[in-house]
Amino acid sequence: MPAQAPSRLLVNNVSFSLQSGKTTCVVGESGSGKSLTALSVMGLLSRQLKRTQGRIVFQGQDIAGFSNDQMRDIRGKRIGMIFQEPMTSLNPVLTVGYQIGESLTVHLGLKGQALKTRIAELLEQVGIPASRADSYPDELSGGQRQRVMIAMSIACEPAMLIADEPTTALDVTVQAQILKLLDELKTRMNMGMLFITHDFGVVADIADDVVVMFRGEIVESGPVTEVLKNPQHPYTKALLDCVPDAEGKKPLKPIDYAWLNKDVAA
Amino acid sequence: MSEFILSGLHLNKFYTQRSGRFGFGSTIVKALDDVTVGLKPATTLAVVGESGSGKSTLARCLLQLQPLDGGEVLFQGLNLAKISPAELRKQRRYLQMIFQDPFASLNPRMKVGEIVGEGLLIHGLGSNAEQQQKVIRMLKRVGLTEADMQKYPHEFSGGQRQRIGIARALVLEPKVVVCDEPVSALDVSIQAQILLLLKELQQEMSLSYLFISHDLRVVRHIADEVAVLYQGKLVEQGSVEQIYNNPAQQYTRNLLNAIPGRQQAA
Repeated sequence: MPAQAPSRLLVNNVSFSLQSGKTTCVVGESGSGKSLTALSVMGLLSRQLKRTQGRIVFQGQDIAGFSNDQMRDIRGKRIGMIFQEPMTSLNPVLTVGYQIGESLTVHLGLKGQALKTRIAELLEQVGIPASRADSYPDELSGGQRQRVMIAMSIACEPAMLIADEPTTALDVTVQAQILKLLDELKTRMNMGMLFITHDFGVVADIADDVVVMFRGEIVESGPVTEVLKNPQHPYTKALLDCVPDAEGKKPLKPIDYAWLNKDVAA
Repeated sequence: MSEFILSGLHLNKFYTQRSGRFGFGSTIVKALDDVTVGLKPATTLAVVGESGSGKSTLARCLLQLQPLDGGEVLFQGLNLAKISPAELRKQRRYLQMIFQDPFASLNPRMKVGEIVGEGLLIHGLGSNAEQQQKVIRMLKRVGLTEADMQKYPHEFSGGQRQRIGIARALVLEPKVVVCDEPVSALDVSIQAQILLLLKELQQEMSLSYLFISHDLRVVRHIADEVAVLYQGKLVEQGSVEQIYNNPAQQYTRNLLNAIPGRQQAA
Protein backbone atom coordinates (compact mmCIF):
# COMPACT_ATOMS: atom_id res chain seq x y z
CA MET A 1 0.00 0.00 0.00
CA PRO A 2 2.56 2.59 -0.93
CA ALA A 3 1.32 6.15 -0.96
CA GLN A 4 3.42 8.25 -3.25
CA ALA A 5 4.29 11.89 -2.96
CA PRO A 6 5.95 13.56 -5.99
CA SER A 7 8.84 11.16 -5.72
CA ARG A 8 9.03 9.68 -2.28
CA LEU A 9 7.43 6.53 -1.03
CA LEU A 10 5.79 7.35 2.27
CA VAL A 11 4.29 4.02 3.11
CA ASN A 12 5.84 1.00 1.49
CA ASN A 13 4.53 -2.52 1.15
CA VAL A 14 2.36 -2.53 4.23
CA SER A 15 0.14 -5.56 4.67
CA PHE A 16 -1.97 -6.59 7.59
CA SER A 17 -5.34 -8.09 8.28
CA LEU A 18 -8.07 -7.49 10.77
CA GLN A 19 -10.75 -9.86 12.02
CA SER A 20 -14.26 -9.05 13.18
CA GLY A 21 -14.46 -8.62 16.90
CA LYS A 22 -10.69 -8.19 17.20
CA THR A 23 -8.46 -5.18 17.72
CA THR A 24 -5.33 -4.60 15.72
CA CYS A 25 -3.08 -1.84 16.99
CA VAL A 26 -0.76 0.04 14.68
CA VAL A 27 2.10 1.54 16.70
CA GLY A 28 5.01 3.68 15.66
CA GLU A 29 6.58 7.06 16.20
CA SER A 30 5.66 10.34 14.50
CA GLY A 31 6.13 10.08 10.78
CA SER A 32 6.16 6.30 10.66
CA GLY A 33 3.09 6.21 8.43
CA LYS A 34 0.46 5.06 10.93
CA SER A 35 -2.13 7.67 10.07
CA LEU A 36 -1.41 7.59 6.34
CA THR A 37 -2.14 3.88 6.36
CA ALA A 38 -5.47 4.45 8.08
CA LEU A 39 -6.47 7.36 5.85
CA SER A 40 -5.56 5.32 2.83
CA VAL A 41 -7.91 2.51 3.89
CA MET A 42 -10.69 5.08 4.15
CA GLY A 43 -9.79 6.67 0.81
CA LEU A 44 -9.17 9.95 2.59
CA LEU A 45 -5.67 10.75 1.41
CA SER A 46 -5.14 14.36 0.39
CA ARG A 47 -4.94 15.16 -3.30
CA GLN A 48 -1.16 15.33 -3.38
CA LEU A 49 -0.91 11.76 -2.18
CA LYS A 50 -1.83 8.69 -4.12
CA ARG A 51 -2.10 5.05 -3.34
CA THR A 52 -0.04 3.64 -6.19
CA GLN A 53 -0.23 -0.02 -5.49
CA GLY A 54 -1.91 -2.51 -3.28
CA ARG A 55 -5.28 -3.94 -2.45
CA ILE A 56 -7.67 -3.24 0.38
CA VAL A 57 -9.96 -6.18 0.82
CA PHE A 58 -12.96 -5.38 2.99
CA GLN A 59 -15.62 -8.05 3.45
CA GLY A 60 -14.44 -9.86 0.34
CA GLN A 61 -14.36 -6.78 -1.93
CA ASP A 62 -11.28 -4.94 -3.09
CA ILE A 63 -12.21 -1.37 -2.18
CA ALA A 64 -8.91 0.11 -3.37
CA GLY A 65 -10.35 0.61 -6.84
CA PHE A 66 -13.66 2.05 -5.66
CA SER A 67 -14.82 5.41 -6.98
CA ASN A 68 -15.67 8.27 -4.64
CA ASP A 69 -19.35 7.45 -4.91
CA GLN A 70 -18.76 3.85 -4.00
CA MET A 71 -16.50 4.85 -1.10
CA ARG A 72 -19.18 7.19 0.22
CA ASP A 73 -21.34 4.17 0.80
CA ILE A 74 -18.62 2.53 2.84
CA ARG A 75 -17.25 5.48 4.76
CA GLY A 76 -19.25 6.15 7.88
CA LYS A 77 -21.66 3.31 7.13
CA ARG A 78 -19.60 0.16 6.96
CA ILE A 79 -16.32 1.60 8.23
CA GLY A 80 -16.49 4.16 11.04
CA MET A 81 -13.68 6.46 12.00
CA ILE A 82 -12.69 8.29 15.19
CA PHE A 83 -10.13 11.06 15.11
CA GLN A 84 -7.60 12.21 17.66
CA GLU A 85 -8.82 15.67 18.54
CA PRO A 86 -12.36 15.67 19.87
CA MET A 87 -12.20 19.47 20.00
CA THR A 88 -11.49 20.10 16.34
CA SER A 89 -13.37 17.26 14.69
CA LEU A 90 -16.81 18.31 15.89
CA ASN A 91 -18.62 21.24 14.30
CA PRO A 92 -19.02 23.93 16.98
CA VAL A 93 -22.22 25.47 15.58
CA LEU A 94 -24.28 22.29 15.41
CA THR A 95 -25.76 20.35 18.33
CA VAL A 96 -24.19 16.99 19.00
CA GLY A 97 -27.52 15.30 18.37
CA TYR A 98 -27.63 16.78 14.87
CA GLN A 99 -24.07 15.68 14.17
CA ILE A 100 -24.76 12.13 15.29
CA GLY A 101 -27.99 12.09 13.26
CA GLU A 102 -26.36 13.27 10.05
CA SER A 103 -24.97 9.93 9.02
CA LEU A 104 -28.18 8.17 10.08
CA THR A 105 -30.14 10.35 7.68
CA VAL A 106 -27.64 10.07 4.85
CA HIS A 107 -26.97 6.36 5.05
CA LEU A 108 -30.10 4.87 6.57
CA GLY A 109 -32.71 7.49 5.69
CA LEU A 110 -33.88 7.86 9.28
CA LYS A 111 -36.16 10.85 9.95
CA GLY A 112 -38.37 12.40 12.61
CA GLN A 113 -39.11 10.40 15.73
CA ALA A 114 -37.19 7.31 14.59
CA LEU A 115 -34.11 9.46 14.18
CA LYS A 116 -34.54 11.04 17.61
CA THR A 117 -34.96 7.67 19.27
CA ARG A 118 -31.86 6.29 17.61
CA ILE A 119 -29.77 9.33 18.62
CA ALA A 120 -30.93 8.93 22.21
CA GLU A 121 -30.06 5.24 22.08
CA LEU A 122 -26.56 5.95 20.77
CA LEU A 123 -25.87 8.59 23.40
CA GLU A 124 -26.94 6.18 26.16
CA GLN A 125 -24.68 3.53 24.65
CA VAL A 126 -21.61 5.72 24.97
CA GLY A 127 -22.56 6.83 28.46
CA ILE A 128 -24.01 10.31 27.87
CA PRO A 129 -27.53 11.22 29.06
CA ALA A 130 -29.90 11.39 26.07
CA SER A 131 -30.92 14.92 27.08
CA ARG A 132 -27.46 16.07 25.99
CA ALA A 133 -28.48 15.70 22.33
CA ASP A 134 -29.35 19.41 22.29
CA SER A 135 -25.97 20.49 23.67
CA TYR A 136 -23.26 22.11 21.61
CA PRO A 137 -19.73 20.64 21.64
CA ASP A 138 -18.33 23.46 23.78
CA GLU A 139 -20.74 22.53 26.57
CA LEU A 140 -19.15 19.10 26.90
CA SER A 141 -15.85 18.01 28.44
CA GLY A 142 -13.05 16.48 26.37
CA GLY A 143 -14.01 12.96 27.38
CA GLN A 144 -17.67 13.56 26.58
CA ARG A 145 -16.77 14.98 23.18
CA GLN A 146 -14.78 11.88 22.43
CA ARG A 147 -17.81 9.83 23.48
CA VAL A 148 -19.91 11.82 21.02
CA MET A 149 -17.33 11.09 18.31
CA ILE A 150 -17.64 7.40 19.15
CA ALA A 151 -21.44 7.59 18.99
CA MET A 152 -21.14 9.17 15.52
CA SER A 153 -18.75 6.53 14.29
CA ILE A 154 -20.86 3.57 15.43
CA ALA A 155 -24.19 5.13 14.41
CA CYS A 156 -24.63 2.91 11.35
CA GLU A 157 -23.25 -0.16 13.10
CA PRO A 158 -20.15 -0.43 10.93
CA ALA A 159 -18.35 -3.72 10.53
CA MET A 160 -15.08 -1.99 11.16
CA LEU A 161 -13.89 0.97 13.18
CA ILE A 162 -10.71 2.96 12.62
CA ALA A 163 -9.57 4.88 15.68
CA ASP A 164 -6.69 7.27 15.09
CA GLU A 165 -5.12 8.05 18.50
CA PRO A 166 -8.56 8.54 20.06
CA THR A 167 -7.27 8.97 23.60
CA THR A 168 -4.02 10.87 23.10
CA ALA A 169 -5.53 14.24 24.00
CA LEU A 170 -7.24 12.97 27.15
CA ASP A 171 -6.29 12.64 30.81
CA VAL A 172 -5.27 9.14 31.92
CA THR A 173 -8.37 8.50 33.97
CA VAL A 174 -10.62 9.55 31.08
CA GLN A 175 -8.45 7.58 28.69
CA ALA A 176 -9.01 4.43 30.73
CA GLN A 177 -12.81 4.97 30.54
CA ILE A 178 -12.78 5.54 26.78
CA LEU A 179 -10.60 2.49 26.13
CA LYS A 180 -12.99 0.37 28.18
CA LEU A 181 -15.98 1.75 26.28
CA LEU A 182 -14.39 1.04 22.89
CA ASP A 183 -13.50 -2.47 23.95
CA GLU A 184 -17.06 -3.16 25.13
CA LEU A 185 -18.61 -1.76 21.94
CA LYS A 186 -16.23 -3.76 19.80
CA THR A 187 -17.25 -7.00 21.52
CA ARG A 188 -20.96 -6.21 21.62
CA MET A 189 -21.17 -5.19 17.96
CA ASN A 190 -18.55 -7.66 16.77
CA MET A 191 -16.60 -4.89 15.04
CA GLY A 192 -13.07 -5.16 13.83
CA MET A 193 -11.08 -2.28 15.27
CA LEU A 194 -7.99 -0.75 13.73
CA PHE A 195 -6.46 1.26 16.53
CA ILE A 196 -3.63 3.67 15.89
CA THR A 197 -1.49 4.74 18.82
CA HIS A 198 2.05 5.55 19.87
CA ASP A 199 1.55 4.33 23.43
CA PHE A 200 2.65 0.78 24.21
CA GLY A 201 0.69 0.86 27.45
CA VAL A 202 -2.51 1.37 25.49
CA VAL A 203 -1.48 -1.42 23.13
CA ALA A 204 -1.01 -3.81 26.03
CA ASP A 205 -4.47 -2.91 27.32
CA ILE A 206 -6.64 -3.31 24.25
CA ALA A 207 -4.88 -5.00 21.33
CA ASP A 208 -5.29 -8.56 20.14
CA ASP A 209 -2.75 -8.11 17.38
CA VAL A 210 -0.14 -5.45 16.90
CA VAL A 211 1.63 -4.00 13.88
CA VAL A 212 4.82 -2.00 14.47
CA MET A 213 5.67 0.60 11.84
CA PHE A 214 8.99 2.33 11.29
CA ARG A 215 9.72 4.78 8.48
CA GLY A 216 6.75 3.71 6.42
CA GLU A 217 7.26 0.00 6.68
CA ILE A 218 6.01 -2.72 8.94
CA VAL A 219 8.92 -4.07 10.91
CA GLU A 220 7.01 -6.57 12.97
CA SER A 221 3.50 -7.83 13.49
CA GLY A 222 1.79 -10.56 15.43
CA PRO A 223 -0.30 -11.33 18.50
CA VAL A 224 0.15 -8.68 21.16
CA THR A 225 1.61 -10.91 23.85
CA GLU A 226 4.29 -12.24 21.52
CA VAL A 227 5.35 -8.87 20.16
CA LEU A 228 5.46 -7.17 23.57
CA LYS A 229 7.06 -10.00 25.52
CA ASN A 230 9.35 -11.35 22.87
CA PRO A 231 10.03 -8.73 20.18
CA GLN A 232 12.00 -10.02 17.22
CA HIS A 233 12.95 -6.91 15.28
CA PRO A 234 15.73 -4.68 16.68
CA TYR A 235 13.58 -1.56 16.25
CA THR A 236 10.72 -3.04 18.28
CA LYS A 237 13.16 -4.07 20.99
CA ALA A 238 14.79 -0.64 21.05
CA LEU A 239 11.42 1.13 21.11
CA LEU A 240 10.16 -1.01 23.99
CA ASP A 241 13.34 -0.20 25.91
CA CYS A 242 12.42 3.49 25.69
CA VAL A 243 9.04 3.04 27.32
CA PRO A 244 9.12 3.79 31.03
CA ASP A 245 7.33 1.05 32.97
CA ALA A 246 4.89 1.78 35.76
CA GLU A 247 7.06 0.01 38.31
CA GLY A 248 10.18 2.03 37.51
CA LYS A 249 12.39 -1.04 37.71
CA LYS A 250 13.62 -1.05 34.15
CA PRO A 251 16.36 1.40 33.17
CA LEU A 252 15.54 3.58 30.17
CA LYS A 253 17.61 3.01 27.08
CA PRO A 254 17.42 5.50 24.23
CA ILE A 255 17.52 4.23 20.68
CA ASP A 256 20.95 4.07 19.13
CA TYR A 257 20.02 5.03 15.60
CA ALA A 258 23.47 4.46 14.12
CA TRP A 259 23.40 0.90 15.37
CA LEU A 260 19.82 0.45 14.27
CA ASN A 261 20.43 1.72 10.74
CA LYS A 262 23.25 -0.74 10.34
CA ASP A 263 21.10 -3.52 11.66
CA VAL A 264 18.12 -2.69 9.47
CA ALA A 265 20.30 -2.54 6.39
CA ALA A 266 21.83 -5.90 7.18
CA MET B 1 11.66 23.89 56.93
CA SER B 2 15.32 24.41 56.20
CA GLU B 3 15.69 20.95 54.69
CA PHE B 4 13.98 22.33 51.57
CA ILE B 5 15.68 24.44 48.94
CA LEU B 6 12.35 25.70 47.68
CA SER B 7 9.08 25.43 49.48
CA GLY B 8 5.60 26.82 49.09
CA LEU B 9 3.59 27.30 52.27
CA HIS B 10 -0.19 27.54 52.24
CA LEU B 11 -0.29 28.77 48.66
CA ASN B 12 -3.56 30.19 47.44
CA LYS B 13 -4.42 31.36 43.98
CA PHE B 14 -7.91 32.29 42.84
CA TYR B 15 -9.33 33.13 39.47
CA THR B 16 -12.66 34.77 38.97
CA GLN B 17 -14.62 33.24 36.19
CA ARG B 18 -17.57 34.86 34.52
CA SER B 19 -20.64 32.74 34.83
CA GLY B 20 -24.38 32.85 34.59
CA ARG B 21 -26.38 34.43 31.82
CA PHE B 22 -24.20 36.59 29.53
CA GLY B 23 -21.37 36.25 32.05
CA PHE B 24 -22.80 38.86 34.42
CA GLY B 25 -22.26 36.67 37.42
CA SER B 26 -18.89 35.53 38.65
CA THR B 27 -17.65 32.51 40.48
CA ILE B 28 -14.30 32.04 42.13
CA VAL B 29 -12.17 29.15 40.93
CA LYS B 30 -9.60 27.99 43.42
CA ALA B 31 -6.63 27.09 41.27
CA LEU B 32 -4.50 26.53 44.37
CA ASP B 33 -6.23 25.90 47.64
CA ASP B 34 -3.88 25.97 50.63
CA VAL B 35 -1.14 23.95 48.94
CA THR B 36 2.08 23.26 50.84
CA VAL B 37 4.96 21.53 49.06
CA GLY B 38 8.69 21.28 49.61
CA LEU B 39 11.57 20.49 47.27
CA LYS B 40 14.73 19.00 48.79
CA PRO B 41 18.13 19.98 47.34
CA ALA B 42 19.41 17.90 44.41
CA THR B 43 16.25 15.82 44.23
CA THR B 44 13.25 15.69 41.94
CA LEU B 45 9.76 16.48 43.15
CA ALA B 46 7.14 15.46 40.62
CA VAL B 47 3.80 17.22 40.61
CA VAL B 48 1.11 15.05 39.06
CA GLY B 49 -2.56 15.55 38.39
CA GLU B 50 -5.10 15.79 35.61
CA SER B 51 -5.70 18.81 33.38
CA GLY B 52 -6.98 21.69 35.45
CA SER B 53 -5.65 20.30 38.73
CA GLY B 54 -3.37 23.30 39.22
CA LYS B 55 0.01 21.75 38.35
CA SER B 56 1.17 24.53 36.08
CA THR B 57 -0.32 27.24 38.28
CA LEU B 58 1.69 25.84 41.17
CA ALA B 59 4.88 25.96 39.12
CA ARG B 60 4.25 29.48 37.92
CA CYS B 61 3.40 30.70 41.39
CA LEU B 62 6.50 29.13 42.91
CA LEU B 63 8.66 30.95 40.37
CA GLN B 64 6.70 34.17 40.91
CA LEU B 65 5.67 34.26 37.28
CA GLN B 66 2.18 34.80 38.63
CA PRO B 67 1.29 36.73 41.76
CA LEU B 68 -0.07 34.67 44.66
CA ASP B 69 -3.27 35.43 46.51
CA GLY B 70 -1.83 34.08 49.71
CA GLY B 71 1.03 32.06 51.10
CA GLU B 72 4.80 32.17 51.16
CA VAL B 73 7.44 30.90 48.78
CA LEU B 74 10.74 30.25 50.51
CA PHE B 75 13.88 29.91 48.42
CA GLN B 76 17.06 29.52 50.45
CA GLY B 77 15.49 31.43 53.31
CA LEU B 78 14.13 34.28 51.15
CA ASN B 79 10.40 34.81 50.86
CA LEU B 80 10.08 35.36 47.13
CA ALA B 81 6.56 36.69 47.48
CA LYS B 82 7.81 39.60 49.60
CA ILE B 83 11.19 40.69 48.23
CA SER B 84 11.57 43.68 45.93
CA PRO B 85 11.33 43.24 42.16
CA ALA B 86 15.02 44.10 41.78
CA GLU B 87 16.03 41.47 44.31
CA LEU B 88 13.68 38.95 42.69
CA ARG B 89 15.31 39.60 39.33
CA LYS B 90 18.69 38.70 40.81
CA GLN B 91 17.29 35.47 42.18
CA ARG B 92 15.73 34.48 38.87
CA ARG B 93 19.08 33.27 37.67
CA TYR B 94 18.83 30.44 40.19
CA LEU B 95 15.22 29.60 39.31
CA GLN B 96 14.88 28.42 35.75
CA MET B 97 12.19 26.77 33.73
CA ILE B 98 12.00 24.23 30.91
CA PHE B 99 8.78 24.42 28.97
CA GLN B 100 6.45 21.86 27.50
CA ASP B 101 6.16 22.85 23.89
CA PRO B 102 9.54 22.98 22.20
CA PHE B 103 7.89 24.60 19.17
CA ALA B 104 6.32 27.53 20.97
CA SER B 105 8.88 28.31 23.65
CA LEU B 106 11.80 29.40 21.47
CA ASN B 107 11.76 32.76 19.71
CA PRO B 108 11.76 31.95 15.98
CA ARG B 109 13.64 35.17 15.11
CA MET B 110 16.59 34.55 17.37
CA LYS B 111 19.55 32.34 16.62
CA VAL B 112 20.20 29.49 19.00
CA GLY B 113 23.37 31.16 20.27
CA GLU B 114 21.38 34.28 21.15
CA ILE B 115 18.60 32.29 22.82
CA VAL B 116 20.98 30.34 25.01
CA GLY B 117 23.22 33.34 25.73
CA GLU B 118 20.48 35.83 26.52
CA GLY B 119 20.25 34.94 30.20
CA LEU B 120 24.00 35.41 30.64
CA LEU B 121 23.75 38.79 28.96
CA ILE B 122 20.85 39.95 31.10
CA HIS B 123 22.47 38.87 34.33
CA GLY B 124 25.84 40.22 33.19
CA LEU B 125 27.70 37.04 33.92
CA GLY B 126 31.26 37.19 32.58
CA SER B 127 32.80 38.96 29.61
CA ASN B 128 31.58 38.47 26.06
CA ALA B 129 34.19 35.84 25.38
CA GLU B 130 33.39 33.98 28.58
CA GLN B 131 29.69 34.02 27.79
CA GLN B 132 30.45 32.68 24.34
CA GLN B 133 32.50 29.87 25.83
CA LYS B 134 29.76 28.99 28.33
CA VAL B 135 27.14 28.82 25.60
CA ILE B 136 29.33 26.55 23.49
CA ARG B 137 30.11 24.28 26.43
CA MET B 138 26.45 24.03 27.35
CA LEU B 139 25.31 23.29 23.81
CA LYS B 140 27.91 20.54 23.50
CA ARG B 141 26.85 19.13 26.86
CA VAL B 142 23.25 18.75 25.72
CA GLY B 143 24.30 17.07 22.50
CA LEU B 144 24.40 19.96 20.04
CA THR B 145 27.37 21.49 18.23
CA GLU B 146 29.08 24.86 18.11
CA ALA B 147 27.84 25.35 14.56
CA ASP B 148 24.25 25.11 15.80
CA MET B 149 24.66 28.55 17.42
CA GLN B 150 24.18 30.21 14.05
CA LYS B 151 20.96 28.35 13.26
CA TYR B 152 17.33 29.23 13.94
CA PRO B 153 14.95 27.09 16.00
CA HIS B 154 12.92 25.96 12.98
CA GLU B 155 15.96 24.11 11.68
CA PHE B 156 15.77 21.63 14.54
CA SER B 157 13.59 18.65 15.38
CA GLY B 158 11.36 18.57 18.46
CA GLY B 159 13.88 16.65 20.55
CA GLN B 160 16.72 18.98 19.53
CA ARG B 161 14.62 22.02 20.39
CA GLN B 162 13.97 20.61 23.81
CA ARG B 163 17.76 20.27 24.16
CA ILE B 164 18.06 23.97 23.26
CA GLY B 165 15.46 24.76 25.93
CA ILE B 166 17.46 22.78 28.46
CA ALA B 167 20.70 24.53 27.50
CA ARG B 168 18.96 27.90 27.80
CA ALA B 169 17.81 27.11 31.33
CA LEU B 170 20.99 25.47 32.58
CA VAL B 171 23.61 27.82 31.18
CA LEU B 172 22.87 30.13 34.12
CA GLU B 173 23.82 27.36 36.56
CA PRO B 174 20.51 27.51 38.40
CA LYS B 175 19.69 25.73 41.62
CA VAL B 176 16.04 24.98 40.96
CA VAL B 177 14.65 24.04 37.57
CA VAL B 178 10.95 23.75 36.96
CA CYS B 179 10.27 21.30 34.14
CA ASP B 180 6.71 21.78 32.91
CA GLU B 181 5.82 18.60 30.99
CA PRO B 182 9.19 18.65 29.23
CA VAL B 183 8.71 15.35 27.40
CA SER B 184 4.98 15.08 26.80
CA ALA B 185 5.21 16.48 23.28
CA LEU B 186 7.93 14.02 22.26
CA ASP B 187 8.02 10.50 20.83
CA VAL B 188 8.94 7.79 23.32
CA SER B 189 12.41 7.24 21.89
CA ILE B 190 13.20 10.97 22.14
CA GLN B 191 11.48 11.10 25.52
CA ALA B 192 13.90 8.50 26.85
CA GLN B 193 16.90 10.49 25.57
CA ILE B 194 15.71 13.71 27.19
CA LEU B 195 14.85 12.05 30.51
CA LEU B 196 18.31 10.49 30.70
CA LEU B 197 19.93 13.81 29.81
CA LEU B 198 17.97 15.58 32.56
CA LYS B 199 19.03 12.95 35.09
CA GLU B 200 22.71 13.18 34.14
CA LEU B 201 22.65 16.97 34.33
CA GLN B 202 20.96 16.82 37.70
CA GLN B 203 23.86 14.82 39.10
CA GLU B 204 26.57 16.91 37.45
CA MET B 205 25.15 20.25 38.52
CA SER B 206 23.29 19.11 41.67
CA LEU B 207 20.05 20.57 40.38
CA SER B 208 16.71 20.38 42.12
CA TYR B 209 13.85 19.63 39.75
CA LEU B 210 10.22 20.42 40.14
CA PHE B 211 8.90 18.07 37.48
CA ILE B 212 5.36 18.58 36.27
CA SER B 213 3.80 15.70 34.43
CA HIS B 214 0.58 13.86 33.83
CA ASP B 215 2.42 10.71 32.78
CA LEU B 216 2.82 8.53 35.82
CA ARG B 217 5.18 6.17 34.07
CA VAL B 218 7.63 8.99 33.39
CA VAL B 219 7.28 10.24 36.95
CA ARG B 220 8.06 6.80 38.35
CA HIS B 221 11.36 7.01 36.55
CA ILE B 222 12.56 10.47 37.29
CA ALA B 223 11.09 11.46 40.64
CA ASP B 224 12.30 11.04 44.20
CA GLU B 225 9.14 12.49 45.66
CA VAL B 226 5.66 12.94 44.28
CA ALA B 227 2.96 15.47 45.05
CA VAL B 228 -0.53 14.67 43.81
CA LEU B 229 -2.87 17.56 43.02
CA TYR B 230 -6.58 17.37 42.45
CA GLN B 231 -8.79 20.40 41.77
CA GLY B 232 -6.28 22.78 43.30
CA LYS B 233 -5.78 20.81 46.48
CA LEU B 234 -2.78 18.76 47.51
CA VAL B 235 -4.00 15.17 47.83
CA GLU B 236 -0.76 13.77 49.20
CA GLN B 237 3.00 14.13 49.01
CA GLY B 238 5.46 11.34 49.66
CA SER B 239 8.38 9.37 48.34
CA VAL B 240 7.96 7.66 44.98
CA GLU B 241 7.89 4.19 46.55
CA GLN B 242 5.31 5.24 49.09
CA ILE B 243 2.98 6.86 46.55
CA TYR B 244 3.22 4.05 44.00
CA ASN B 245 3.23 1.07 46.31
CA ASN B 246 1.16 2.29 49.17
CA PRO B 247 -0.97 5.32 48.24
CA ALA B 248 -2.87 6.74 51.16
CA GLN B 249 -5.66 8.39 49.20
CA GLN B 250 -8.34 6.90 46.98
CA TYR B 251 -7.75 9.53 44.31
CA THR B 252 -4.10 8.52 43.98
CA ARG B 253 -5.20 4.90 43.65
CA ASN B 254 -7.62 5.81 40.85
CA LEU B 255 -4.88 7.69 39.05
CA LEU B 256 -2.46 4.77 39.33
CA ASN B 257 -5.07 2.28 38.14
CA ALA B 258 -5.60 4.35 35.02
CA ILE B 259 -2.00 3.93 33.83
CA PRO B 260 -2.29 2.07 30.54
CA GLY B 261 -0.64 -1.34 30.38
CA ARG B 262 -0.33 -1.67 34.13
CA GLN B 263 -2.22 -4.95 34.50
CA GLN B 264 -0.04 -6.66 31.93
CA ALA B 265 3.17 -5.36 33.44
CA ALA B 266 2.31 -6.62 36.90
